Amino acid sequence: MTPPAGPAELRERVERFLAEHDPATTERLAFLRARYDAGLAWVHFPEGHGGLGLPQAWQLAVDEQFAAAGAPDNNPHSNVIGLGMAAPTILAFGTEEQKRRFLRPLWTGEEIWCQLFSEPGAGSDLAALATRAVRDGDGWVVNGQKVWTSSAHLARFAILVARTDPDVPKHRGLTYFLCDMTDPGVDVRPLRQITGEAEFNEVFLTDVRIPDAHRLGAVGQGWAVATATLNTERVAIGGRAAPREGGMVGLVAQTWREHPERRTPELHDRLLRLWVDAEVARLTGLRLRQKLAQGRPGPEGAAMKLTFARLNQQLSGLELELLGEQGLRYSDWTMVRPERVEFTGRDAGYRYLRSKGNSIEGGTSEILRNIVAERVLGLPPEPRVDKDVPWKDQAK
Amino acid sequence: MSELDLLYTDVEDDLRSSVRGLLADRCDPGAVIALYDGDRSLVAPLWKAIATDLGLAGLLVPEARGGAGATAREAAVVLEELGRAMAPVPFLTSAVVAATALADTASADTAGGLLAQGAAGERTAALAVPLSTTPYGALPAVRAADGRLTGTVTSVAGALEADVLLVPAGTADGLALYAVTATDTTRDPVVSLDMARQLADVHLDGVAGTPVVAGAEPAIRRALLTGAALLASEQLGVARWCLEETIGYLMQRKQFGRVVGGFQALKHRLADLATAVDGANAAARHAAAALAADDPDVELAVAVAQAYCSDLAVTAAEEAVQLHGGIGMTWEHPAHLYLKRAKADQIAFGTPGAHRARLAELVDLPAAG
Repeated sequence: MTPPAGPAELRERVERFLAEHDPATTERLAFLRARYDAGLAWVHFPEGHGGLGLPQAWQLAVDEQFAAAGAPDNNPHSNVIGLGMAAPTILAFGTEEQKRRFLRPLWTGEEIWCQLFSEPGAGSDLAALATRAVRDGDGWVVNGQKVWTSSAHLARFAILVARTDPDVPKHRGLTYFLCDMTDPGVDVRPLRQITGEAEFNEVFLTDVRIPDAHRLGAVGQGWAVATATLNTERVAIGGRAAPREGGMVGLVAQTWREHPERRTPELHDRLLRLWVDAEVARLTGLRLRQKLAQGRPGPEGAAMKLTFARLNQQLSGLELELLGEQGLRYSDWTMVRPERVEFTGRDAGYRYLRSKGNSIEGGTSEILRNIVAERVLGLPPEPRVDKDVPWKDQAK
Repeated sequence: MSELDLLYTDVEDDLRSSVRGLLADRCDPGAVIALYDGDRSLVAPLWKAIATDLGLAGLLVPEARGGAGATAREAAVVLEELGRAMAPVPFLTSAVVAATALADTASADTAGGLLAQGAAGERTAALAVPLSTTPYGALPAVRAADGRLTGTVTSVAGALEADVLLVPAGTADGLALYAVTATDTTRDPVVSLDMARQLADVHLDGVAGTPVVAGAEPAIRRALLTGAALLASEQLGVARWCLEETIGYLMQRKQFGRVVGGFQALKHRLADLATAVDGANAAARHAAAALAADDPDVELAVAVAQAYCSDLAVTAAEEAVQLHGGIGMTWEHPAHLYLKRAKADQIAFGTPGAHRARLAELVDLPAAG
């Protein structure tokens, strides 16, 4: 069967699929597997791997068509790392066998993924990571400690970067693996954060065995593969255009409207300034999407993240002040392990505390400013004194 | 509602190149600095080249009336370039604000004739209100009696370059717009903060005027709103020049044996500025596109663009002066032109605070009390 030539034909293809697999009567997992096998999971993926080799921009209409028909979805919020980072990396660097083994259960949500990148001693400087993978017969033995791992307690697999050669400079001695989280050497411990809950984990790896068949890319190529993974994180901005007054600013605006007794000129001025900033950020995002749709990726991705971190922090801080006495109360400090991050579902105090992470996770605002300055504006790079020194000889 | 295009079309890119090319040849920064010492010899020939040779005087005038029939999107691109080159020409005041004030008039009457002459670049016009007038507040007016106008309008932009002044005057039937021959008035040049857009105080002493728009309040407000919308694009042009010029300088300048642009304290400031300039680009483009599409949210788009771009241009100019160090404080270096323009533009057509106050009404975020 030849792939659809245009959006209209793709639409027909989805209609035909829905006629053959009634969402009301087909079992959920069977439906999702059939959708994958029909190439309607992620249409930009190749045929045979859940796609039809079509433009990524056509996916949104497919998702909407399935949703309108009342079809079950793959609960994408429960497998953000898998769908957003592991899948595109496996597609780009995986063997045929790896793609066949991992992509289908990843997309259907049967297998949740997490990311074992950051370490206590390797945050912004990820390439300095110290987790060791040592060759042992037809596999590898891994020892080390990873941190900031969301979903580790739910995940079946992890994307993992480990050091396979300490005798070369840091970027060159890394290798990328797909790690089975059910291995007895994997110890997942909740990492409680300032909100009281444990959204993340620490993961201790002790003599974890990984078959060489689960290595992604060549030995020593880990940095290139990891960079590709991190780039997909920033491209994932796509999707639907944010509505005006969406997200954090909408919550604060609502609070303002509901509490006339709490209004002061000073809070009003700050609210309006932030409202304008949020609207301009929305328009900037819209403009970036229009550029991407024309195949002209702009440099605004890193800049967008800087802006959203600042806005979320300032807006949630303002909201607490606006609430006054109510802002002195917090919903619940009980340690829980949430399955997904829900900014808007919790109270203002939670939003204030959680948004502090926005300028740290996925690249600190300081690193992002370096990226904008160096890659967008062309200013000189930071000195990198450790660039040519073998990893084992570097100050730790 | 369909999504507004916030990018630039090929036609807009071509327009930008021809304006930029002309300004590179004809608008020397040294000649702009000379404006501050009273030498205005740059102004008339440069405006003639832009108005007539490039045909931009009639950009917003419909083709049927002798203009190019373009929209606010194209005028915005022109203003980005004029702001970037600090070109001292009355495009905003004549081809945008005055032309918009006359847009709804009939082609057969005096106003229609004015519009056609304006489109051809034969006559330059200015709306006689202080540059600081907002589209939302009280409108100034002189007195009209038997077709003669009496009063003073202060701080009028574009008046010195104008052949015709469009003067709002109070009549028994409300506000009317009169066309007055500029040389019939007394125009006192003002020593202006921004001499690249020099203001004048206009005195009318029983001057004969021809009524061109009756019930003129909506036309005047529309003209001011259009001016405010497109001023955002001029501010964007000012900010982009400041950013790019500063980066260029910091890549040359060395201290402590290093290129100054490599110091992280400066890199981070420039990254923040570049991020804000991208925001201004989206906001200014959105206001122009909303105006061109006659979008129902056009007022909101303009208020957002003005509230954002006014402050951003000032920040960009202040950063340019600071990051240039000593050379940024000199008369010789053009950075001060941009600081003076940015600060004056912040007040033009209403301060950011005035636009935020309007926004509060538009989006239901009422003030305290």
